[in-house]
Amino acid sequence: MKDAVLIAGVGKRFGAVQALQWVTLSVGEGELFGFIGADGAGKTTLFRILVTLLLPDEGRAEVLGLDVVRFYRDIRKRIGYMPGKFSLYPDLSVEENLRFFASVFGTTVEKNYELIRDIYSQLEPFKTRRAGKLSGGMKQKLALSCALVHRPEVLFLDEPTTGVDAVSRKEFWQMLGRLREQGMTILVSTPYMDEAVLCDRIAFMQEGRMLALDTPSGITKLFQKPLFAIRARETWRLLCALRASPHAASVYAFGSALHYTDNRLSLRADELLAALQADGFTDVSVSVIQPGIEDTFIALMEEKQGSCL
Amino acid sequence: MSEPVIHTDKLTKRFGDFVVVDALSLTISGGEIFGFLGANGAGKTTAIRMLTGLLIPTSGTASVAGFDLYTGAEGVKLNIGYMSQRFSLYDDLTVRENIRFFAGIYGLNNQAIKEKSRQLLESLKLLEVADTRLASLPLGWKQKLAFSVAILHEPKIVFLDEPTGGVDPVTRRRFWDMIYEASERGLTIFVTTHYMDEAEYCDRLCIMVDGKVAALDRPEAMKRHFGVESMNEVFIQLARPNKME
Repeated sequence: MKDAVLIAGVGKRFGAVQALQWVTLSVGEGELFGFIGADGAGKTTLFRILVTLLLPDEGRAEVLGLDVVRFYRDIRKRIGYMPGKFSLYPDLSVEENLRFFASVFGTTVEKNYELIRDIYSQLEPFKTRRAGKLSGGMKQKLALSCALVHRPEVLFLDEPTTGVDAVSRKEFWQMLGRLREQGMTILVSTPYMDEAVLCDRIAFMQEGRMLALDTPSGITKLFQKPLFAIRARETWRLLCALRASPHAASVYAFGSALHYTDNRLSLRADELLAALQADGFTDVSVSVIQPGIEDTFIALMEEKQGSCL
Repeated sequence: MSEPVIHTDKLTKRFGDFVVVDALSLTISGGEIFGFLGANGAGKTTAIRMLTGLLIPTSGTASVAGFDLYTGAEGVKLNIGYMSQRFSLYDDLTVRENIRFFAGIYGLNNQAIKEKSRQLLESLKLLEVADTRLASLPLGWKQKLAFSVAILHEPKIVFLDEPTGGVDPVTRRRFWDMIYEASERGLTIFVTTHYMDEAEYCDRLCIMVDGKVAALDRPEAMKRHFGVESMNEVFIQLARPNKME
């Protein structure tokens, strides 16, 4: 597989803030690659370097085999970029925005309509509406259409689903899946851990560094300890009780359950259950579970940062 | 149980022909953690703007923190707290200046501001960075401060509008610890989120679809009703893509 994107030792500093530190990875052609991390992790800075809007301080990066510093003009013609911040023209209509972006790239909406039909058809009833008047979900669809209208070879999507509801997020990822089937290389960043499993490979980002890089299933193998899911009616009291235990390694709420690791690695679920029942939790249940992406991310964060969080 | 902190009856907002919030009836009591969910465009923001006294309803009745939304909007504003991901603190001000600014906005006098600032800096362990500009603090600290500042004037209720968007998984959970602690002390929490695991942490949830209440219940009861394991599944079943505005 050829590399669509190559990043070698890239670093970037803004004043006192080291926004990126020694980021090295490659993304293969046709891959759907996810950068997972919170605000301030460096995702946007990295994307801006790759789409030739920002120069790296250190290291080098290539997109489609072209150096991002020397060949920025060639790269810009061949990539699509959807920034995290809504960047279309609010005073132009839906249709005018799309035509504008097509013309800037020397093409027409008609020529590449096939590629955007899936997404744009949902917007067509509103094509005369000003882009600034669209709802969040529709702005996102228009921005994606504009990023695709010149049929780019690599698509960069910077937090396309931030602030978007769970249903729209699901639809958006279905669209990405279909683009991927057509062979497009897609780099996407997100703070949502549940979206990570939808990528071919992911990089965990935290404070400018890469914490891990692997397939979603490979990432979860980095979680080494036995993990328990504990449920009780009084979740908050249970959380406090577990945190107060000298044996607790980690206690985190995960929806209706608590995910717990213990310092005694041989501890069994039935022993833990008995201990909790002895503490007065009568309606408690304990099971051993497979760690997910978010469990692993938290574990890696703790490992890197110790207790300073 | 004490007097409800929020009570609305058929609260409605129209813009022209378009009914954005359609007959919203809620009763929320003291100390409750109330989750307010819905797809983009379901009417959440408009409902919150009414409940915080920023937008006058078209019809229906409502009182928030003991004030009527039609006649006492200023009273509402002074007796609620508000925090969102987008608007909370000023990055260019120091920690101390931020506290002072927001305390001043809520009408605390100089003596009270001094006293509150000292208490807050101590309890949040921020004394050492009191004169540091906010921009250089870790996100987790900023969030803690933003929440504390939003409830500095001891309101009965605080509105949290997507308070954890874009935050790492550990900071997100630390934030919920604060929510739980505040609710134990009797503060009512009205929170919106797109994280469905956070929906599970609420005492009760309201799911809005196309301006109407599609479901209003405890999370366990909702899951049981729909025969599913998680709130994510409930949400996806209920919040069908709204009719494109």
